[in-house]
Amino acid sequence: MIRVVVAVVAVVLLVSPAAAADRVKVGFIATFSGPAGSIGQHMWDGFALGLEHAGGKLGGLSTEVIKEDDQLKPDVGLQVTQKLLEKDRVDFVVGTIFSNVMMAIYKPIVDSKTFLIGSNAGPSPIAGAQCSPYFFSTSWQNDGPHEAMGKYVQDKGFKKLYIMAPNYQAGKDALTGFKRYFKGEVVGEVYTTLNQPDYSPELAQIRAAKPDALYVFYPGGMGVNFVKQYAQAGLLKELPFFSAFTVDTVTLGAMGEAAVGTYGTAFWNTELKNPANERFVADFEKKYKYTPSNYSAQAYDSALLLDAGIKAVQGKLDDKDGLRAAFRRADFKSVRGPFKYNTNNFPIQNFYLHQAVKDASGKLRLENRGVVFKDHVDAYAKDCPMKW
Amino acid sequence: MVIDPGLLFVQALNGLQFGVMLFLMAAGLTLIFGIMNLVNLAHGSLYMVGAYLASVVLERTGSFALAVVLALLGTALVGIVVEVTVIRTLYARDHLDQVLATFGLILFFNEIVRMTWGKAALYMPLPAVLEGDVPLLPGIRYPVYRLIIIVVGLVVAVLLYLFIARTRVGMLIRAGASNRTMVGALGVDITRLYTLVFGLGAALAGLAGLMAGPTVSIESGMGEPILILTLVVIVIGGIGSIRGAFVAAILVGFADTVGRAFLPPLLRIMLPPATANQAGPALASMMIYLLMAVVLAFRPQGLFPARTG
Repeated sequence: MIRVVVAVVAVVLLVSPAAAADRVKVGFIATFSGPAGSIGQHMWDGFALGLEHAGGKLGGLSTEVIKEDDQLKPDVGLQVTQKLLEKDRVDFVVGTIFSNVMMAIYKPIVDSKTFLIGSNAGPSPIAGAQCSPYFFSTSWQNDGPHEAMGKYVQDKGFKKLYIMAPNYQAGKDALTGFKRYFKGEVVGEVYTTLNQPDYSPELAQIRAAKPDALYVFYPGGMGVNFVKQYAQAGLLKELPFFSAFTVDTVTLGAMGEAAVGTYGTAFWNTELKNPANERFVADFEKKYKYTPSNYSAQAYDSALLLDAGIKAVQGKLDDKDGLRAAFRRADFKSVRGPFKYNTNNFPIQNFYLHQAVKDASGKLRLENRGVVFKDHVDAYAKDCPMKW
Repeated sequence: MVIDPGLLFVQALNGLQFGVMLFLMAAGLTLIFGIMNLVNLAHGSLYMVGAYLASVVLERTGSFALAVVLALLGTALVGIVVEVTVIRTLYARDHLDQVLATFGLILFFNEIVRMTWGKAALYMPLPAVLEGDVPLLPGIRYPVYRLIIIVVGLVVAVLLYLFIARTRVGMLIRAGASNRTMVGALGVDITRLYTLVFGLGAALAGLAGLMAGPTVSIESGMGEPILILTLVVIVIGGIGSIRGAFVAAILVGFADTVGRAFLPPLLRIMLPPATANQAGPALASMMIYLLMAVVLAFRPQGLFPARTG
């Protein structure tokens, strides 16, 4: 009996032509609990605003978004992915924050021929050898911001750098990316234990090594701890501080004065002058009463990309090839300004320098300091066998 | 590799500073473990509560002194309430039940601070006088606030020693740590003693938390990493022994600092860079566990076992 049912279902599935759907289901996976939960909230709010700007309907279809928490655990990420694919039968998945979770959910999603919109993590395998026609990133390949910082430090003529990151894959990738463009001397390359709360021994070592500047990658709470202790040790006055994913609008409030004067790089900041970004930042602050971060911006763009793709195929969600072709055109106004896809479905985009400043009213913000990379292409696209 | 004596001195201070912080945590935990025979995994949550209370009071009132006082009293109060409502029912249960229940408390506290103060980390600034660094020796500067942590930690250690060694309540606590049943049989109000010890332990954890507040990100879950180190300290020191907790905390502080500061550069001299970069951080983070393994191999009861009977 079961065999008959399966056969009938299979036949029905095979012969049914791509018909316009009347609604679209999107699975949204991010970390909503634990210390990183605030990043998930930034992302969720960004996506919700994107959906609102699309008239509450992605591509004109009534839209249901199912929110899932991966708890920063790859196995939980995998579980919620299976639920989204098998029980909810979502049409698209948007996510996720951490590369280790991304690597766990990536294969099941693209193997099921469901489009995955990467709205943060961009680990190198996905941009390179394991690239997929069912994956599109609205963020960046992980190395991008680090490469940009490396280039900036190199261009500014710094000779001796001390570089640090947590001891895990993303930390190692960060310093590798930085060294791809920084050609001077690295007088110290230090990997600290993940989620280490205190850095006083390392700070004493930095001072003793007498570098020209410091480069670090400490996302989230680690960055708050490190930056506060760096300033308290009096090092902020002595050594220029460069970082990526460390001083951002999620962490800036908790760092306070300690972050003022530090530099960072990202594909986007609130001060980019383009109509899409101005509208996004203004509406976001009005609606959620806080400053959007790059995580919000990426998720906002994910909603716009979906909207543009579904519109282009006139709601025919089964027309995967049509959807892919539409996504590749990236026919939407990204908050980052110029945006086009490379052959590995990662963006070719600019990277900008920003500096944490305190304005006259005492408010802390990240001030745009101009373009570092124009139309940057990631280093792994050449390993991706995909042809357009 | 030439080790600069100035750097060595600064790293020694760092080790000491980390050690006294661990001691503040370990003192309470070891007493609770030793006297009430209770495994309290929620001790790290009290550390978190101390940091949150201090940060919130400071933000509302702008007074650092008031923040310190209210955070200390507040954490002690939270500790006492938890003892009376939850912990008290656990004394007669076995360790596994206690682990389960106090783990539940961790989840409860993490969730409650998230609901009350939001998911984003809180900011706690230092008063201007405590910021910056001071010259200690020619050419050697050290952050003022870290020096204060060292001083406060050492003062509290001395006070705690006097309290335990010289007062009547202290005598009961010592007696309780070596033979609980006998103390109860002698007619001491054991229930009140337990509540007092738990409140004291909570206040010490709160002190550690509020002192850490300005240096770390105050967020839900911040107590767990320090809890693990604290457990290592009390196992090395011998459960129930304040003296053991002090010696072990300083030892762990030094071992960790030396491991993190000098092991990776040392390995880079002896090994090729790629291998050294792999092995250095891994070994450095293992140092304190190696220390624990060595101590336990020679003294399975810890350095200063408190319970003899």
